[in-house]
Amino acid sequence: MMRLPWFRFESPRSVAEAARILEGEGPGAVLIAGGTDLLPNMKRRQQAPQVLVSLSRVEGMKAVEDGAGLTLGGGLTLAEVIGTAGLRARYPGLWQAASQVATAQLRNMGTLGGNLCLDTRCSYYDQNHEWRKAIGFCMKRDGETCWVATASKRCLAVSSTDCAPALIALGASVRLESTAGERDVALADLYRNDGIDYLTRRPGEILTRVLLPDAAEWTSTYWKLRRRGSFDFPVLGVAAAAKLAPDGSITEARVALGAVSSHPFLTRAGEFLAGKRLTDEVIAEAARMVASRAKPMDNTDFDVYWRKEVVAEFTGYALRERRGDDMDAVRLRTARRTL
Amino acid sequence: MTDTQSAPGGARRNLRMVLHVNGEDTEVLFAPYKTLLEVLREDLGLTGTKHGCELGECGACAVLVDGLPLLSCLVLAVECEGKAIETVEGLARGPTLHPLQAAFADLGGAQCGYCTPGVLMTAKALLDGDPDPCREKIREAISGNLCRCTGYQQIYESIEEAARRMRADAAQSGSCPCCEGTAP
Repeated sequence: MMRLPWFRFESPRSVAEAARILEGEGPGAVLIAGGTDLLPNMKRRQQAPQVLVSLSRVEGMKAVEDGAGLTLGGGLTLAEVIGTAGLRARYPGLWQAASQVATAQLRNMGTLGGNLCLDTRCSYYDQNHEWRKAIGFCMKRDGETCWVATASKRCLAVSSTDCAPALIALGASVRLESTAGERDVALADLYRNDGIDYLTRRPGEILTRVLLPDAAEWTSTYWKLRRRGSFDFPVLGVAAAAKLAPDGSITEARVALGAVSSHPFLTRAGEFLAGKRLTDEVIAEAARMVASRAKPMDNTDFDVYWRKEVVAEFTGYALRERRGDDMDAVRLRTARRTL
Repeated sequence: MTDTQSAPGGARRNLRMVLHVNGEDTEVLFAPYKTLLEVLREDLGLTGTKHGCELGECGACAVLVDGLPLLSCLVLAVECEGKAIETVEGLARGPTLHPLQAAFADLGGAQCGYCTPGVLMTAKALLDGDPDPCREKIREAISGNLCRCTGYQQIYESIEEAARRMRADAAQSGSCPCCEGTAP
């Protein structure tokens, strides 16, 4: 039986109060929202914070503000994000990503902010304390070696958030609030390619809002690869968003990748696609460009070489879908549902 | 909530709190690190909710909190003050089984039975919101409930049969199955 370690529990009512507690407690305090990422880590003793600062009763964390764009509170559960009026029509890529995170029960618990701040994962790290002790631990917690690549100077744990690549492709930013004030950061800049220090969020900052730009004339999509259609972390996430001109050519595009690196990131395919029509040749070239940036490591599910190869395939699926091809059969095969 | 969790000097103390479980307020004293699953089973003696993987991967511990199916192994009990908690013990009305329990018994929806309480609670939330869900919607709703006996077919059929019986009962009594006739 895995018990949680002792901690002190704080349940502030406002962002300002939460920020004050974080500031006062220092590095021993950790934020908890849905708990679906943090609590398993604490049970396995990957994390053992002295103080948990709960965001569940903080006012305003579930705000939805609709205007030209859309602002979503970081404390909205993924089920609430999926159920947000108009989201599926305006931001289908985010809807598809959020719908494929974990299971219905976990989406009733886990939050949008929590999914964006999800701890990086690794088959040498996401193990119980005894297992990790038996191999002498790893550099992400209690040890010095990266067992994925023993010569590596940095931790190679993989970013496994589904919502981040979808939101990066949509051009979203996030609001971070602390006792020092607030700042908005482009979502791609929230991440760092380092399995340990994977967020640029400062220790006292709280992710309170996700800011989505106007999506008029944009279409978006998210393609997730995982072993089980019902319930698994991604081993690849391809998010694409495109603004199409009336003649069908692309005015502007963004293609982002998840789960093939320690951070979700924007590829250069967007610049390549601008001004072009989505012909088979253009799609193939864009898919090659995207796949060349994927650096999967052998620390999650499936064969690592195949995972690299399949990036081009999935990018092709995403772009063909944007072109208007009927991709339902491929969706059904890969996601077990049409989405 | 009586906050006695850490006195100056770091003494570790328990929390005293009133939890609303299956329609009754119950005062309970527990360590702040306890999950809802641990408090239900160890401090309230409600062992119908099963202890599976402890990591949110199996669904055996699913209970309803304010009507939503959640995994009680990943919910801190301290976060549940003032919320309505429903467990499998609260399903039957006296000697009368809930239609889901009756259908599972009649159609072999339970084999070893370990996943059953979690499936029943998740299915209850589904049927409370949609009295006639399609197979696809049932699959999606219970996709987080692992059945290691692999009896999914009978589970789907039991949920569909329970929904049919609940709709028939509602049609007979003229009440809405979602609100048990309490709404106008």
